[in-house]
Amino acid sequence: MSSMKVLEGSYSGLRCAPCGKSLEPCAVELEYMGSRFNVELPACPSCGAVFIPEELAMGKMAQVEHLLEDK
Amino acid sequence: MDQSELRQWESRCTQEEPPRCRAACPLHVDVRAFCTHMAEGDLRKAWGVLCRTLPLPTLLARICDQPCRNACLRNEAGGGLHIAGLERACAEASGRPAPAPPMPRRGLDAVILGGDLAGLAAAWDLSRKGITVALHTLSTAEAILDGLRRPAGHAILDTLSAHLAEEVDTLRRMGVTFHEGPLPPSQAIDEWVASGHAVFIAPVAYPLYCEEDQPPDVVTLGTATPGVFAAIPPARPGDSEGPDETAPGHSPVEMAALGRRAATSMERFLQKVSLVAGREREGVFSTRLFTSLADVVPLSPVVEPPEGYTADEARREAARCIRCECMECVRHCAYLAEYGGYPKQYARRIYNNESIVMGTRQANTMIDSCMMCGLCATVCPEGFDMGALCLDARRSMVHRDKMPPSAHEFALRDMAFANSGTCVVARHEAEKQNSTWLFFPGCQLTASAPGLVESTWCWLQRWLPAIDDAKRSGVGLLAHCCGAPAHWAGREQLHQDTLHTVESHWEELGRPILVTACPSCATTLRNGLPHIPVETLWEKMAEVADKHGLEPFGTPHPWKGDLVLHDPCGTREDEPLRNAVRALLVALGVEYREPALTRERTECCGFGGLVAEANPPLADKLTRGRAERLSTMGTHAVTYCAMCRDRLVKAGTPTAHMLNLFFSTPDTTLEDCTPPAPGYSQRRENRVALCERLKGRSADAQPAPAWASIPVHYTEKAAALMEERRILDSDVRKVLHHAMQSGRWIDDTGDEGVRIACLRPVVVTYWVTYTIDADGVPLVRNVWCHRMHVIDAGGRQ
Repeated sequence: MSSMKVLEGSYSGLRCAPCGKSLEPCAVELEYMGSRFNVELPACPSCGAVFIPEELAMGKMAQVEHLLEDK
Repeated sequence: MDQSELRQWESRCTQEEPPRCRAACPLHVDVRAFCTHMAEGDLRKAWGVLCRTLPLPTLLARICDQPCRNACLRNEAGGGLHIAGLERACAEASGRPAPAPPMPRRGLDAVILGGDLAGLAAAWDLSRKGITVALHTLSTAEAILDGLRRPAGHAILDTLSAHLAEEVDTLRRMGVTFHEGPLPPSQAIDEWVASGHAVFIAPVAYPLYCEEDQPPDVVTLGTATPGVFAAIPPARPGDSEGPDETAPGHSPVEMAALGRRAATSMERFLQKVSLVAGREREGVFSTRLFTSLADVVPLSPVVEPPEGYTADEARREAARCIRCECMECVRHCAYLAEYGGYPKQYARRIYNNESIVMGTRQANTMIDSCMMCGLCATVCPEGFDMGALCLDARRSMVHRDKMPPSAHEFALRDMAFANSGTCVVARHEAEKQNSTWLFFPGCQLTASAPGLVESTWCWLQRWLPAIDDAKRSGVGLLAHCCGAPAHWAGREQLHQDTLHTVESHWEELGRPILVTACPSCATTLRNGLPHIPVETLWEKMAEVADKHGLEPFGTPHPWKGDLVLHDPCGTREDEPLRNAVRALLVALGVEYREPALTRERTECCGFGGLVAEANPPLADKLTRGRAERLSTMGTHAVTYCAMCRDRLVKAGTPTAHMLNLFFSTPDTTLEDCTPPAPGYSQRRENRVALCERLKGRSADAQPAPAWASIPVHYTEKAAALMEERRILDSDVRKVLHHAMQSGRWIDDTGDEGVRIACLRPVVVTYWVTYTIDADGVPLVRNVWCHRMHVIDAGGRQ
């Protein structure tokens, strides 16, 4: 399944501390209130740790959460 | 909510009721809209309003005898609107005859006997409904006009014949067939009825056909013969009874309304549907619309000269229209104004919201944003209580598992914290084994001003026995939440559970008299636990002042500043409490003023109903609005609810809690009494610290969790964001502790030394960016959170 691109810009300046690897765009599955979304987010290619930036969490993600809560 | 409940709710809001003028007009002209357009000088639209309702408008608009004028609310503020003059001015300026498009015929036939105004009006209405009309008339234009009341001495009189001819011509173009000459014999009526026609005997012809019959039905104008309708000529007031400006004659509007009534019955007869259903409000009726004249400046009518109003005079006269509407609640409530409607519409939106099976429930936020403060019910002439409506809706949402999880979660977590072992205190006074009274400070005063809780408790221990005739003593303390947040959130079970816990503590402490500091606690406990005696701190203090004067209060500062009193909305129905507060202020020599909305009409601070949780921007707007209105009355405010105080302070109005004033000294300044409001984390710490001071650390106390003891610093920006985003110090500590323990964080190589860590303790994921200072202490620079969570990171997690 293709994943939605929700972020612009590069997050390669972020490095997973335990693995020492730069974060790369990865397909990630998110869930809220029973709905699932495949999105592309920066994650550690080794351990899979995902980064959710502030602008996404407080912006589009908050809007979607609100919409799902009203479904 | 089912359909009948919706109807009941809707019927209590009168905003959609017509104004008095429209109800008093037998033809129901939308006078309010007409005046609005006339006042704006938009004559084309004003004429459109008249043409939508009036039959033969170029004639009727010039001779309307304005029964609306007596009903006009302006009579109580200068004099009723002179609508007849306005109609004439409108007709003269832009009154073109109505276009007469050929109506598609429906194969239905009607006969009208008599060409007076009622007959012509019936022909007008029937023809516009696509019914073929044959009108038999003997009347000439002069005879028709002679029978009608007209404006005496008005220049317009000379033109009426021409306008009547104009409208007769319009009727012909609309397809009405005129048969001029002697009226047909009675047998003809039987033949028309036999062939399925509907027949109307107009007032002018009534004596000819029906003189000895039973009078026709007043609602339908039906006679003993089905399909035959008739109207008795209405009474003609003599010279002495008619209004000054009119000559005697039939009321033109009344005559036209008779024609309209007949046309309605004839169409129903021809369609074979009920003649009587849904006609309760045909003709003149009384309306329930309430309109306040509180802000209406009296204005006298603009006199109409014999040649009619000029454009400017007409505009000025129309501008006197009050545009009657209710909107009492919406005017007084920023929440009700926020959603662009009024309670009747909101009730329907809530009903629809509940009925949705699939799709977005768009009214959720609206339902969760009501402060439930009761102001609407107080100002509404019908007592419409939006809070009760929203509470029902919230309970239903919770019951159906449709309440948005984020709406009240933070407040309910806070309530759970206030009722946890680290915050609850339930004890007797030191060295006493029983309590006569039990001080109940409420969970917000303990969070906001724990020092005042201690001072007040000590004071009560000294002074409550001093006003007790039975010389009883013993004042215990119960630090616990009353359950109001659960009630507001629509979580009835949780509310009941909380009340039961309070009840258990009360039983264990020997059933003392509760003395509450918070007005909302008093209301909640009285409603939820009616068998428990609940008194308020303020009434007890007033009793003490009454009996012992100033001595119990030491030497408080004699406040003479610009103080304005804010009544918490929880006191709306508690007049004795509000009076006690005032008596107390007077006894202590505190001078204060009151805002326009005060006592039972006070405004909510923006905390009620948990609006601040479900809709923070609206809550801020509410608080700012109240704070601004208080500020116009004084530089400082004083109140007796901890939450009101803290919110008003945050909105920029220095506000003292009454206890601040009472426990002051001559050296205290007003600024000392209006400290900043503590943030969410500080509030929790205050409760815990108070609990520890009052209980002492007991041997069985749980050890503090490891995350609680790690040192942390915050930048100003981070601290502000934590407040805004409702992220607690404990949430941040858990994230940092987890990062330290697991070694899992993200380094920002573009910003030297910045680390990013996250944790999802329960349902919310918290993110923290921080640096480590020279001493190894994290300095938190940013925080954010979300509820959506990662369930799969490409199989690598």
